[in-house]
Amino acid sequence: MALLLIAEHDQEKLTPSTLATLTAAKQFSVPIHIVLIGHSCQKVAEEASRYEGVEKVWIMDHPSLLHPIAEEMTDTLLELAKGYGFVLAPSSTFGKNLLPRLAALLDVAQISDVIQIVDRQTFVRPIYAGNALATVLSQDDTKVMTIRSTAFDKAEKGSSKAPIEAPPFKPPSFPHATFVKIEKSSSKRPELTSASIVVSGGRGLQTKENFEMLETLADLLGAAIGASRAAVDAGFVPNDYQVGQTGKVVAPDLYIAIGISGAIQHLAGMQESKVIVALNKDPEAPIFQVADYGLVGDLFTILPELIEKLKMMKKADLTQK
Amino acid sequence: MKILVAVKRVVDYSVKVRIKSDRTGMDLAGVKMSLNPFDEIAVEEALRLKEKGVCSEVLVVSIGDTAVQESLRAALALGADRAIHVKTELETQPLGVAKALKALVEKETPQLVVLGKQAIDDDFNQTGQMLSALLKWPQGTFISSLTIEGQEIQAVREVDGGLETLKMPLPAVLTTDLRLNQPRYASLPNIMKARQKPMEILTANMLGVDLTPHLQTLKVAEPPPRKPGLKVESVDALLDRLRHEAKVI
Ligand SMILES: Cc1cc2nc3c(=O)[nH]c(=O)nc-3n(C[C@H](O)[C@H](O)[C@H](O)COP(=O)(O)OP(=O)(O)OC[C@H]3O[C@@H](n4cnc5c(N)ncnc54)[C@H](O)[C@@H]3O)c2cc1C
Ligand SMILES: Nc1ncnc2c1ncn2[C@@H]1O[C@H](COP(=O)(O)O)[C@@H](O)[C@H]1O
Repeated sequence: MALLLIAEHDQEKLTPSTLATLTAAKQFSVPIHIVLIGHSCQKVAEEASRYEGVEKVWIMDHPSLLHPIAEEMTDTLLELAKGYGFVLAPSSTFGKNLLPRLAALLDVAQISDVIQIVDRQTFVRPIYAGNALATVLSQDDTKVMTIRSTAFDKAEKGSSKAPIEAPPFKPPSFPHATFVKIEKSSSKRPELTSASIVVSGGRGLQTKENFEMLETLADLLGAAIGASRAAVDAGFVPNDYQVGQTGKVVAPDLYIAIGISGAIQHLAGMQESKVIVALNKDPEAPIFQVADYGLVGDLFTILPELIEKLKMMKKADLTQK
Repeated sequence: MKILVAVKRVVDYSVKVRIKSDRTGMDLAGVKMSLNPFDEIAVEEALRLKEKGVCSEVLVVSIGDTAVQESLRAALALGADRAIHVKTELETQPLGVAKALKALVEKETPQLVVLGKQAIDDDFNQTGQMLSALLKWPQGTFISSLTIEGQEIQAVREVDGGLETLKMPLPAVLTTDLRLNQPRYASLPNIMKARQKPMEILTANMLGVDLTPHLQTLKVAEPPPRKPGLKVESVDALLDRLRHEAKVI
C-alpha cells in the first residue's frame, strides 16, 4: 500500500508546502512515490528523487502542462492513483483545485487540511475557522488528503536517489479550461507561507500609501507581508496576501499584526505562529487575546517609531560585529 | 440558459461556536444560521448574469434537513426563481452533495453550476471540484471575476501566486471567492414574493444517489490554548522583549 504524493513546484524547485507534505507522508511508514507535473521540469524531478524516503518519482512532462489545468492532469493522475493506498497533496490552491477531482473519481472522501496523522485511517483537521479540531476516521480504500503545511516541518534531502519514470500521459477526453495568463504579484520578499517573520496589516492602515510603511518594516526584518481580508478588499494589497480561514495559513516564528482587529476568520490563518505581536489602538480588540506582546496605541505614531528604532538596532548590530 | 446555484445552510460567520460537552460535535442549539457567505456570492453572480440577459432562470438547490428550506427561501428572496430541496437527515459531505448535484444537473440541464468555494462550517473546499470531475465539465475555482460571451467563459481565479485567468466553454462549474461581488440584501417585497415561488422537494432515493457520509467524526476538541500574553508600554519595551525574551529579532 504505497503512497502517492502530488508535488507542487515552480519549475525550479519543490514548494515548501510540498516538503511539509512529504514529512506528513513519512508518518504512514509506507513507500513514498512522488508525481511531478509540468513541462521541462526534469531538474525538479532530480531534486525530488533525492529526498529521504522517496522510492520513485513519476514525471508527467508535456508541453500542455506548463501551466497545468486541473482537468488536464486528472485522467493521468487517476490511472496512477488507482495503484496507491494513500494520495496526498499540499493544501495550497494547487492541491485544493486538483485533489477533490481525484477523490470523486475514486469514489472516496477527501480529508482537507490534515494537521495530524493519528494512524493510517484517523486524522485531525480544523473545522469552523479553527474553532475546533475534528478527529475523523476514513474507511475508504484510498485515503485522499491535503496537508496543511504549517503543521509539519519541511523534509530534508537524504543521500539516496530514487528512479524517475514517466507515466503514459492521457490528455483529457472532454472539454476543459485553458490557461490564458497569470498575473503574479511580484515580490522579492520571502514567500508568505514559509517566511519566518510576517508583518500583516489591516483596515487600520486606512490607505494603500500608508500600507507601504509595512514595506519598510518588512525590509528591516527580512519579513513577508500579509494582510487581513479588509485590507485586500480595500485594494491596499493583492489577493494573495490574505491570511485567514479563506486565505493563506501561516505559522512564522514572529507574526506582527498592525491595525487588525483579530476576527476569527483572520485568527484561523495565523494563530499557530510562535510569537504574535499586535499593534492596535483599541485595547479590547480580540487580536490581543492571542498576542504574546500587545502594544495599545495609534499605529501612525507607533509604526514610524518602531521603524526608526529597528534601524538603530540594526546599525548597532553592524558596528558590534 | 439556466444557472444552478448550490447553497448550504451554515452557522452565521459572526457566531463563535462552542463544542458540545460530550465532544461529539458543535453545539448548534439556538445558534444563528445563515446562507454560507460564499453561496450568497454565488447567488448574487447568477442574479447579475440574469440581469445582463445571459441567463433566463436561476435555480437554487440545497441538500439537508427541513431547516435548509429557510436558506432556500433566503435565496429566493434575493431573486432566485425556483428552489429544489433534496431532503436528508444525514450529515452532508462533499462527495454525496456532488453526486446529488450531478443527478440534478442531468435532470434540469443547466449550462452553468455555481457553488461557493468553501462551506465555512466544515471548511472542506471540495464540492465544486468533485462535481466538475463527475460531470466531465470544465472547472473554474475560487473566481474573483467572470465574463461570459456567447458560449465562452473567461474567469479570473485567486491563486497562491496571484491572479490566474482561464477561459472555458459552457457548460461549466464555477466556485466563488470573496471578491467576486458584493451580495445585495433582500428587499421586503422580495421576501414576500419569495413565499410564492416554487420549491420542489426530492429525496436522495428519487435521485438514485447515496448520501451516506464517508468520513466519520470521532470527536472534536478545542485547539490548544495559547499561553497568556502581556501588554507592553512602549516600542522600546516591545523591541527589548522581542530580542531578549522571545529571541525572534
Ligand atoms: C466568509 C468569510 C471569510 C473571511 N475570510 C477572512 C480571511 O481569510 N482573512 C481575514 O483576515 N478576514 C476574513 N474575513 C473577514 C473578517 O471577518 C474580518 O472582517 C476582517 O478580518 C477584518 O479585517 P481588519 O481586522 O483589517 O479590519 P477591522 O475589523 O475593521 O479592524 C481594523 C482594526 O484596526 C484598528 N485601528 C484602526 N485605526 C488604527 C490606528 N490608527 N492605530 C492602531 N489601530 C487602529 C481598529 O481598532 C481595529 O481593531 C472573512 C469573512 C467572511 C464572512
Ligand atoms: N448540503 C449542501 N447543499 C447544497 N450545497 C452544498 C452543500 N454542501 C456544500 N455545498 C456547496 O458546495 C460548496 C463548497 O462546500 P464544501 O466543499 O463543503 O466546502 C458550498 O459553498 C456550496 O455551494
